[in-house]
Order: sequence, then structure tokens, then C-alpha cells
Amino acid sequence: MKTFKLGGVHPEENKISANKAIEVFPLPEKVYVPVSQSLGAPSKVVVEKGAVVKTGQLLAKGESFISANVHCPVSGKVTRIDDIIDSSGYKRQAVYIDVAGDEWEESIDRSPDIIYEISADRDTIIKKINEMGVVGLGGATFPSHVKLMVPDGKKAQYLLINGVECEPYLTADHRLMLERGEEMLIGTAILKKALGVEKAFIGIERNKPDAIEHLSRLCAKFKGIEVMPLKVKYPQGGEKQLIKAVVNLEVPSGKLPIEVGCVVNNVGTAFAVYEAIQKNKPLIERVVTVTGKSVLNPANFLVRIGTPVSLLIERAGGLPEDTGKVISGGPMMGKALTSLEVPVVKGTSGILIMPGQESKRTTVLSCIRCGRCITACPMGLEPVLLAQLSESQLFEKAEKEKIMDCIECGSCHYTCPAGRPLLDYLRLGKNKTGLLIRNRGKK
Amino acid sequence: MSLLTISGSPHVHTQQSVKSIMYGVVIAMIPAIFVSVYFFGIDAARVMLISVLGCLFFEWVIQKYLIKGPVTINDGSALVTGILLAFNVPANLPWWILIIGALVSIGIGKMSFGGLGKNPFNPALVGRVFLLISFPVQMTSWPMPKALFAEGITDAITGPTTLGIIKEGLSAGKTIQEIMASPDFPGYLNDMMGVQGGSLGEISALALLLGALFMFTRKIITWHIPTAYIGSAVIFSGILWLIDPTQYIDPLMHLLAGGMILGVFYMATDMVSSPMTARGQIVFGVGAGLLTILIRVWGAYPEGVSFAILIMNAFTPLINSYFKPKRFGEVVKHG
Repeated sequence: MKTFKLGGVHPEENKISANKAIEVFPLPEKVYVPVSQSLGAPSKVVVEKGAVVKTGQLLAKGESFISANVHCPVSGKVTRIDDIIDSSGYKRQAVYIDVAGDEWEESIDRSPDIIYEISADRDTIIKKINEMGVVGLGGATFPSHVKLMVPDGKKAQYLLINGVECEPYLTADHRLMLERGEEMLIGTAILKKALGVEKAFIGIERNKPDAIEHLSRLCAKFKGIEVMPLKVKYPQGGEKQLIKAVVNLEVPSGKLPIEVGCVVNNVGTAFAVYEAIQKNKPLIERVVTVTGKSVLNPANFLVRIGTPVSLLIERAGGLPEDTGKVISGGPMMGKALTSLEVPVVKGTSGILIMPGQESKRTTVLSCIRCGRCITACPMGLEPVLLAQLSESQLFEKAEKEKIMDCIECGSCHYTCPAGRPLLDYLRLGKNKTGLLIRNRGKK
Repeated sequence: MSLLTISGSPHVHTQQSVKSIMYGVVIAMIPAIFVSVYFFGIDAARVMLISVLGCLFFEWVIQKYLIKGPVTINDGSALVTGILLAFNVPANLPWWILIIGALVSIGIGKMSFGGLGKNPFNPALVGRVFLLISFPVQMTSWPMPKALFAEGITDAITGPTTLGIIKEGLSAGKTIQEIMASPDFPGYLNDMMGVQGGSLGEISALALLLGALFMFTRKIITWHIPTAYIGSAVIFSGILWLIDPTQYIDPLMHLLAGGMILGVFYMATDMVSSPMTARGQIVFGVGAGLLTILIRVWGAYPEGVSFAILIMNAFTPLINSYFKPKRFGEVVKHG
């Protein structure tokens, strides 16, 4: 069974909502659509206060190469354009919309028919993906069209579709593969065409045997797409780890996957690509897992972007009495929310509600130099050393010790028997070291 | 609604803690504890009790009244040091020497460097070597264990350790074969079971291996140091034995006699004082194996495990900075 070699940990899987079919979430009364939902430059708002908008209409335009369009997820009236606290805890500009009816742009094909034939050519595909605001739905929200524009001198050889979902608790990708497998595979074929590659692999961990079986059967219809079952190990879904596991290539330090001829996209992204190209539908909704040990009805919702998280929790049975922490994303890399009124954005893969006693960090003890963080690091770094260097503000040294290679997977902190917040130090160190590198470039 | 907790990811944590690791080591030492009480009787229990209480007491006093900081005597680390110190001394050691050993182990070996995690040397070995040098007579008068299934306790009889018999015999001009043929020599099976003179915790290889197996399954220790240590000791002693079997004992005897098994699995693997990377741990183990045999064969003392581990402890920071883990993306492979 294939997997990545270096490091990794085995957190409890807790995939409580794995058997819950995707449920279409009812339209909310209000949505808040942040203008900046992806990596890169913020987009520019193109509607005004008071405007009447339709579902699928452009709300904000991405103006630089690395930025993405944002579309209207509902129909109704723009009431405000103002700051809102988003899931990262920062204030961001957002469009406030009061929902009225559900009127869609006419150009969008809303029929349930699956369209198999890919008529768009390479350039049209890339242009359309850009237009439709498709970004990476695995969490990093990197604008998808950028990944498809292979730089001169490089050549894409493999397309990897990430169906690993190695984060505990989350099941959104799992359900999507089971219920929208065919569309997802057509999306994969579209991405293949855009990249001009012969071979695509869909990496799925062995804890989802139903998805592996289902997609393997469907793959017979598609040329050059193969399901690759992988051993369960966190962080298998890390881009570099997935490439290592599936095609046994190592992305060099500081480089992108295209360096070894690979492009990685999430299964959710592949599905969004299908909708964008075949159905003319912008990215205005996504599957979000709402889960937690004390949650009454864990669920996988198909939610319009901009829907407040509090509504999702309400529908899953309400906020449990013993709630200590609400996390956007999974327990390993997710962000703890400061408020439940934050809206669902393109990068929201799940809402995890953790009981109070599990929410508190353990007491921080002295490092006993056991080296477990080093063993666990999937990038072959020494978190204990990097944390020390960050604490002592020795960032030049930290750079030499490859602090910028850290993928912030959290395996080091997870595995530390002394409960040391290693990743906190590493994030701080990465930030400062990055600043150092950028300033050096300016001189 | 009550306030939400905010913290950086990750939001889940492994069950293993410093405490669970330390008490895991204690559990692993239980078979050897039983063996020592079986062979040395109440004396063994007395030595262990004094040593453990001494270590806990000195850690408490120093943390509470000298450092005036938090007291962490229940984290299990002083308990481990106490048992290991007891394992490394003869069962008839006077109580006041034990108290001095506990003070040196905890006070000098551990707390003077800043407590758990900061000590460069294994605290129990610091105490043991201090006692060995300061009280050579008491530290090398070994009570003999009773025969395997004998009734009662054979107290008051003292004798040399297996390695001591060999060293003495060789310096008297005998060959290994002559030494091993003498009726006093314990032999392989007795060394395995624990019927040999020695420190109270080192005598039974079997009991120690049982505990080591537990530590492996609980992932308290990894294979790197033990394998490298035993491997290099076996290879080095094996080469000597092949060159002249009349002057050098065979590798198996090296493993079963003396404190090799105790040192390899319980002291060389001490996380605090051994290297952190897999590569570094292998270098550490190989070095300790070579030094052990070197000291046993050519040194003044019949036993070399304690010194070998302490010397390698001193190299640990150097090993840590030279033997880095293999970085991801370091070796560029194009497919």
C-alpha cells in the first residue's frame, strides 16, 4: 500500500458523518459574501449598495493574475458593503445581501443531466475556470486557473486529484466522491485536457473503501484516470506528501509541484470545474461537513457561500451544551472561530464543534528531547530546533534549517508528549523569516 | 452562550504524555524488580525503597526550597531515576551511601542543569559512577543470589560478578576456557535467568528483555539505539573472539553478563540524554557499543556500560548538530 515515507501521525479518525448523504441546505435569509475568499489579491466589488442581484451574477472581480472572481450565491438585494470578521478572525470587506426568491442567471444550466462531452478547448477551459471563480477547495484556496497555466520550460506530466481527506472528522470530499463521482471524473477529464496530460490519479485513503470501489468502477468509462488507494496516515493529503505517495517524486524544497511535472487538485475543485465548464455555473456553493462528538445530527450540507455558520450548526441540532471550541476546517489544521456569525466561504470544508474538556490545551512542560516531533515531521525538519530558533529570534539560522519548508500540518504539536505548542513558534518563525527573505530581495 | 476557546491548530493531541512515558518505563522495570527481590530478598526491596524515596525527596526539596518553582515529583522521572540507581548498585549497599547516590543523581545529575529535559547525562548513571569512584569497596562487594529454585535467602555471602571472574582469571594468566570451566562460573543459562553476582537490577537478562518488549510495543523506545548498541558490541567483541578465543569472551557472554542489557534498553535509550534523530541515535548506539567492549576488555574496571553511556551522553549535542534528519525534497529525483 502506497504512502509517503517521511514522518506522519495517526490521529483518531472520528469520521462521524461519513454515512450522512449530502443535504441541500435551505436558503438563508441573509448572506455575507467576503470579497477576498482566496489566496492572492482581494477582488474589487462591482455591485453597489441597493443593487438587485441574481444568483450567479458577478459580485467582485479578481483584477490581478493571482486572484479570483466572487459571484452572488443568492438572489436578492445588496444592503451593505462593509467589513465583516471572517473565519480567519480578520476584518474583510463583504457584500451583505438580503435574500429574495431564488432567481438564477439564465446562462447557468440548472438541469440535473450530466454532460459527458467536453467541447471546450484548452484556452476556453482556463479562461472559464478563471471567470467562474474556481479556487482550490482543499483549504488553500489557490485560484485554479493559475495552476493550469504551466510556466514556460516546465511540462505537466501527471494530474493528481486529492480525495485523501486526511483531516479527522471531515467527510465532505468523501460524500462528494460517492454522490457526484461521475461529475467529479468529468471535471478531472477537463483538467487533464487543460493540462495536456495523459495520466490522472485520484488518491484516496483506505478508510474510504466505498469511495475507492465506486470511483474505480466509474473510471472504466474514462481514459487515463486511475484510482490510487493509499495507506491511512496524516498528512497524506498534503500536496507534496500526495505526490510522493502516488508517483514517488519529491518536490524540491521551496518549489511548486510543477517542478516534478505534477499538478494537484482537490476532488471538490474537480467537481467545481465540471460545473463551471459543462454547466456554466460559478462557484457559489460547496459541501460543508458539520460535525463533532456532541453534535446531535452530524451532517454534510450543500451550502451557498455566505451562509452564516450559526445556521449550519442550528440545523445540525444546535450548539451542544458542552461546546468549548468551534473550528472551521479539521482538527489538525482548522482555525478556531471567534464568532459563529462568520460566513461559509469557498475554503470552508467543515465546521467542527469540540467539547470543552477537549478544547483546552494541556499544560506545557519542559522538552524532554524525545525527538518525536522530528520523527513525526513529514518534511524532515526538526520542529524542536526551529521552535528554539524562533523563540530566540535567530531567523537567519532558522532559514538555513529550512523553516520555510514547514507545511503547518501540526504533526509536531500533536505528537509532543510535553504538550509544547511547537507549531505556534514555527508559524511565528516562518512569518518573521519570510519577512527577512522579502526584505533581502528589495535591497 | 459561554465564550469560545481560541487557539492555533492543531486542536487534537496524542494520548502520550511525559507522565505516561515515565510510568511506562516504571512498568517495564517491574519484572526486573521482582527478580531482584526473588534473588536478593528484603535487601533488594530496602535498596530500591531508599533510593526511590531519596530521589523523590531531593527533587522535592530542591524544587520547593532552592528553586522555589513548581514541584513536579509526580511526573515519574525521579521515580525512574530512583529505580535505575537502585538497579545499578549491589543489594547490600549501606543506606547512607544510597542517600548520597540519590543526592548526586538528582541534585548534580539533574537539577543543577535545570531539571527534567535539561540534563546532559543520565542522572542515575551520574549517581552510580560517583558512588563507584567514591566507595569502590562497598560498590563492588556483590551478594551472591541463591540458586534458581532454592529455599530461603543466602545472605552474607559475597562474590565477584561474571565479568569480574573473567577479568581476574585473565590477569592470573588463565584462558577463557579454564575460567569458564571453573565451578564458580555462572554460565549462560544462569546469566540469562539472573543467577549471577551483580547489581540488583542487571542480573536477569530475561526479565529486562521482557520489560524492553513492553517499551517497544508502547513506543516508549525505538529500535535505533538498542540495535546499534548491541550490533556494534557483538561485532566488535566477535572480531576479538575470532582472533583469540582463549583471551576474549564470546559476544553472547558479553551480552548476558554484567549490565549490558540494562544499559542498552533502559539507560542508553533515556530520551533526554540521547540524540533526537534516527541517524544520530544509530551513531550514539554504535559508539556506546564500541566503548563498552573497549572498557571491558582493556579498561581497569571489569564493566564498561556506565562509562560508555556517559561518554556518549557527552557527545549527544555534537551528534544532534551533525546528524540531521533527511529533509523532504533534499534529494531531487526526476521521474
